[in-house]
Amino acid sequence: MLTLEDLHIVMDDFTLDADLSVETGACVAVLGPSGAGKSTLLMAIAGFLPLTSGRILWGGAPMPDTPAKRPISMVFQDNNLFPHMTAFDNVALGLRPSLRLTGPERGQVENALARVGLTGLGDRKPGQLSGGQAARVALARVLLRNRPLLLLDEPFGALGPALRTEMVALVKDLVTETGATLLMVSHEPEDAREIADQVILVAEGTAHAPVPTAKIFADPPAALREYLGK
Amino acid sequence: MAERILKLNRTNVLGALALTGVLGLTLGTLIAVALRADGAGAFGPADWAAIRFTLWQAALSAVISVILAIPVARALARRSFPGRGFLITLLGAPFILPVIVAVLGLLAVFGRNGIVSQTLIWAGLEPISIYGLHGVVIAHVFFNLPLATRLILQGWLTIPAERFRLAASLGFGPDDIQRVLERPMLRGVLPGALLVIFLICLTSFAVALALGGGPRATTVELAIYQAFRFDFDLGKAALLALVQFAMGATAALIALRVAVPGGIGTGLDRAVRRWDGGIALVLQDVLCIGFATLFLVLPLTMILLDGAPGLVRLPHPVLWAAGRSILVALASVILTLSLALPIAALAVRHRSRLVEGIGTLTIAASPLVIGTGLFIVIFPLADPFALALPVTALVNAAMALPFALRVIVPVLAGIETDYGPLADQMGLTGTARFRHLWLPRLRRPLGFTAGLAGALSMGDLGVIAMFADPERATLPLQLYRLMGAYRMEDAAAAALLLLMLSLLMFWAFDKGGRVDADA
Repeated sequence: MLTLEDLHIVMDDFTLDADLSVETGACVAVLGPSGAGKSTLLMAIAGFLPLTSGRILWGGAPMPDTPAKRPISMVFQDNNLFPHMTAFDNVALGLRPSLRLTGPERGQVENALARVGLTGLGDRKPGQLSGGQAARVALARVLLRNRPLLLLDEPFGALGPALRTEMVALVKDLVTETGATLLMVSHEPEDAREIADQVILVAEGTAHAPVPTAKIFADPPAALREYLGK
Repeated sequence: MAERILKLNRTNVLGALALTGVLGLTLGTLIAVALRADGAGAFGPADWAAIRFTLWQAALSAVISVILAIPVARALARRSFPGRGFLITLLGAPFILPVIVAVLGLLAVFGRNGIVSQTLIWAGLEPISIYGLHGVVIAHVFFNLPLATRLILQGWLTIPAERFRLAASLGFGPDDIQRVLERPMLRGVLPGALLVIFLICLTSFAVALALGGGPRATTVELAIYQAFRFDFDLGKAALLALVQFAMGATAALIALRVAVPGGIGTGLDRAVRRWDGGIALVLQDVLCIGFATLFLVLPLTMILLDGAPGLVRLPHPVLWAAGRSILVALASVILTLSLALPIAALAVRHRSRLVEGIGTLTIAASPLVIGTGLFIVIFPLADPFALALPVTALVNAAMALPFALRVIVPVLAGIETDYGPLADQMGLTGTARFRHLWLPRLRRPLGFTAGLAGALSMGDLGVIAMFADPERATLPLQLYRLMGAYRMEDAAAAALLLLMLSLLMFWAFDKGGRVDADA
């Protein structure tokens, strides 16, 4: 279980508060108006932002300080791949930052690439991949790292609607396979309906506790209504 | 966060080591100099004359360079013609051009037997003299007119194209555009350009060594060299070194307060589309560009013409000197990078302007001051003359460091902004981060920096002149000696060799950084 305990973050004149927990294995969409702090919430959980006060716990224990040591895979809005490395190396990084792989580990990387439908494209660099393929490389790395908590910070924002639906479906498959807990920031209420069984609403400086998706869309609170425009 | 700080220790330690090295080279040598200067007597009239001359020639060179550069930059900003890009690249070339080579080229044009004097004599007029104030200023303008032009051109290109479109739609003529658009821009750009050039001319040594001298044209740097080399008066040299540092530091402090434009910027390859002006303006621009090009290209052409015949039968000492110069330059490249990378890493990690500031301290220090200090420190321990080449490589690296940081720090900061979170997330730290993130993404700036450091060191005639004995001359010093002995044919050939080696050094490293580098 992921627990945010009296979380309080202050950055210049921006504040974010959160006091909530997410069940292990849950698929949670993080919704809310832009600038409300959705990305901030994920960055804090991933360990990239200093907390003004409060604690972040995983399974009841505080998270380590170093981002890489947290039980987390995160896919950012952009710059998820190093442009000077091949797709293979980009994925392999998830296993060994030194890139010194053993034979079986190379096989694991190939399998991960195959699983996201990129067989034979391992030698390409990100510049030679389409937007959808690049997103798949990032997901292959997530698969390989196999961390129990997956944070997606609008990683498909630059993709067209059809591609995005495809990627969301792939994420759903991966999460189901690995049993990971998912927190996904999205602009699209559709994505939430598609993949998430719960929704965290971030609005006016507060991240609210997760609510079942069906329930929140059936009777949206004022802040969500405003955001959805209905 | 304790773990994070611990993890960054390598950055901190290496960065601190490099910073200590720089501080030792600048402030450390200065302290050595100050302690030594204690016993020296007061200034004589000759010293005051040297101070006056130094300030005067620097001011004159800066003002003339900038005044001449304004019309050239304007012409380049508003004209588009074939070869424009090449010309602008050429304007960057004097930076890596060995000073002593350019001096020889200028002698071939403006010297007693040069083209200009020959023409004047043929016309029945007095020939001109390039020695003394004239010569020093001409040489400084030769080096800094291109720099000033680039700086001012950058200013011109910061005026948004929309403004010129708006001006055209309002029916502005050239005068209106000048008043409304160009003069405000110049007011912002010129002070910085003037100061940078003043600072450069303040610490220039080789030009004064070759073209100055005598009671009326001795700079402080030259006086340090003479006190050191001819009188072996260390106390006097140290006192003068303090004066030199004070002047440099004052100018640098003022320059820091005035926004100094970046000199090695790119993106100068487009012309501003304008709608004003007629044939008279076109003619004026053509003349400006033409004269500037001639002024820059003619001396180099003379080197090429005079030097080519002697190239095949260069005397052996010249070839040996060339070999030594290549080694010194390569050592300087390695030293520059091993100072610049840790300092850049430290500056970026801690977002510290102070760290970068310490790294650029050497811009205020003069090579001869550092050289004097190193001599004082080394003298009791070892024979400084035996260490002439390593000391030269080290001082050259220190001099290249500010430019290296200027190039590397912004790129590294960009890399960390873009890919830092991803690298942290992957646990890419220490050597792995260096090898897999920094090195591949820094290839171009590192290649450029290495080329710059190599070429600067290759052509440097500064501290080596203080330290070297006949067996340990570098190519620039050997060339200077040939000129002093009036062996002009050999000198021209040696100059051509030096020019080719310097350009090759820059080209090879810069190219190396570009090959197979991903955008």
